Amino acid sequence: MSKGVLVDVTRCIGCKSCAVSCKTWNDLPSKTSTFTNNWDSPGKVTADAWTIITSFVIEQGDQIKWRFVKRQCMHCNEPACESACFTHSFVKTKEGAVIYKPTELKQDYCVGCRYCMIACPFGIPSFQWDKAFPYVQKCRFCYDRMKEQGLQPACVTSCPTQTLLFGDRDKLLKEAWDRINRDQRYVKHVYGEKEYGGTSWLYISDVPFDKIGFRTEAYGKPVSQKSIPSYTWDVLKWTPYIFFGWGAILTAMRAYTKRRAQVHDESELYEPEKKG
Amino acid sequence: MERTWSFRFTPFRFILGIIVVVAVVAAVMRFVFGLGAVTNLSDEWPWGLWIGFDLLCGIALAGGGFSTALIVHVLHREKYLPIARAALLTSLIGYIIALVSLFLDIGRWFNFWRPFFYWGYHSVLFEVFWCISLYTMVQVLEFGEIFFEKIRCAPLQKILHFFMPFLLILGIVLPSLHQSSLGSLYIVTIDRLNPLWWSMLLPFFFVWSAFFLGPAMVTFEGTLAARSYGRAPELPVFQSLTKVTLWMMIIYLLVKIGDLIYRNELGRAFNGSFESNMFLIEMVVFVIAPIVMYATPSIRTNLRGVVTASFLVVAGVVFNRMNVVFTGMADAAGGHYFPSMWEWIITAGMWSALILAYCFVVENFPILPKEDLEHHEGGKAHIEAGKSIHA
Repeated sequence: MSKGVLVDVTRCIGCKSCAVSCKTWNDLPSKTSTFTNNWDSPGKVTADAWTIITSFVIEQGDQIKWRFVKRQCMHCNEPACESACFTHSFVKTKEGAVIYKPTELKQDYCVGCRYCMIACPFGIPSFQWDKAFPYVQKCRFCYDRMKEQGLQPACVTSCPTQTLLFGDRDKLLKEAWDRINRDQRYVKHVYGEKEYGGTSWLYISDVPFDKIGFRTEAYGKPVSQKSIPSYTWDVLKWTPYIFFGWGAILTAMRAYTKRRAQVHDESELYEPEKKG
Repeated sequence: MERTWSFRFTPFRFILGIIVVVAVVAAVMRFVFGLGAVTNLSDEWPWGLWIGFDLLCGIALAGGGFSTALIVHVLHREKYLPIARAALLTSLIGYIIALVSLFLDIGRWFNFWRPFFYWGYHSVLFEVFWCISLYTMVQVLEFGEIFFEKIRCAPLQKILHFFMPFLLILGIVLPSLHQSSLGSLYIVTIDRLNPLWWSMLLPFFFVWSAFFLGPAMVTFEGTLAARSYGRAPELPVFQSLTKVTLWMMIIYLLVKIGDLIYRNELGRAFNGSFESNMFLIEMVVFVIAPIVMYATPSIRTNLRGVVTASFLVVAGVVFNRMNVVFTGMADAAGGHYFPSMWEWIITAGMWSALILAYCFVVENFPILPKEDLEHHEGGKAHIEAGKSIHA
């Protein structure tokens, strides 16, 4: 059964326990970073910080709300990174985690081309720029805990306010809509239900998602609900037909025009340039 | 054919040589200290100058190879034979540069061969990788025919000659596929690449522009080569090639406009934003202007006119690729990127190496047409050329 996490933004107090436990469990190095204008530190996920808390001050009428949003890999149902990788170094497991095979399964085929970073619609995969032989890094949904020990992800276990709820994705989706329908303060939208074909991590919030760092629109249109792999496949599936079709057309044209062409001995036509 | 080798170092070539040496040192630094130490790339801008310019533009500019091969060897328009080998050579060197820049850019370079064995066939990059590698090999083999005219080796020549028709077809199909795939690479950037450039037709725009760029590139580099070697430029060939580019560019422009109308994004081109202005420059200066110039007989028949128009076409394709990689992505990517000194140096080194390699091959292998063949009216140019051999 594909797992997921429901993030209830209304419950988060921004304590960053999740970020600390993530670093601890995954042995990520501590680094001093600087605060952004929003009091985020660091302001986006990096190779050493797979999950972060971003903060937002939102004015709604006479109310001022301070909202904290945990960000990490969304673990897409159909991940763009997996489809973009030409050595298939990312894989969506049946448990729902999108993992990086070189570090997770010791299958070191990654070339370091960073096309996954171009492909990810959430800007998640990060590169170890300071290493001579860098890996791509991102949240792995604590796949080791999930797989071997039946444990919940480190971040979920350390959350003191039950912002994070781990479970089967379809049950979480139902729970999300239950909460939204029970309490009219929630925005009537589960972020991650449909975005880019749906993600394992789901978010509900009482402030509009575009105000707390989620892209709901791009260039005046709602973001795609079709997965990114389905777009590329629409193009790639034509490859064999073009290969053989175009090859056949060219062969036919060549045979047709050859009969009418004069024959040249090419070796008589050219000479080395002697004026260099 | 004589088997001696010659390469004279002029001051210009000497400078190019120095740039190459410095670039090699920078490349060694990159391998020892990693990408972060040498480049300004970041998580926001994972691809920079080497991929955007050296690879995407290098491959596009090498489009002269496959369009000329199609015109000369498949359609048998033999009047274009004089430029065929020069086009093949530039293309081959262009691909080698692209492969070198790719090798420099990948973080785990010792794994470069993995995609041959671990198939991510649902990746556009997989197609690009296979096609570029295979096509570079095909071009090396095609070049083998020329190589063996200098260095005789009858059995190998025979084998090569037997497979040549097959290689020729493969040498057009493969680049058609990956020139378009280079565009398909950016299909994943939906919702991030500005809709002025993002389109499901990206593969069409990339392969089509790489093809029509071919004749323009041949004209441009042919004129440069003619100038530096004191030859007469192949003006009649260039003029007649403009027809190919002209019609293909008109179709390109119409499809581009039609696509924007179909996606209801035409208004975006005129909204005054930085992106819209860059798009308009791309369309007006680098597409419409060359179309008008090629369509005007007095400009087309004049060497300066045809070369200027061709230069605009070449620069326009580079401009388009830069817009896709940088301009169109800037808004969504955030952060900022400007190539570091080392990125510039390595890029300069690669293009200097391209020029040096071109000169070396042209001066030692039969690439350019015999001058007495091209100027039937008299051997004057030929005699003058003869005088200057050892001057």
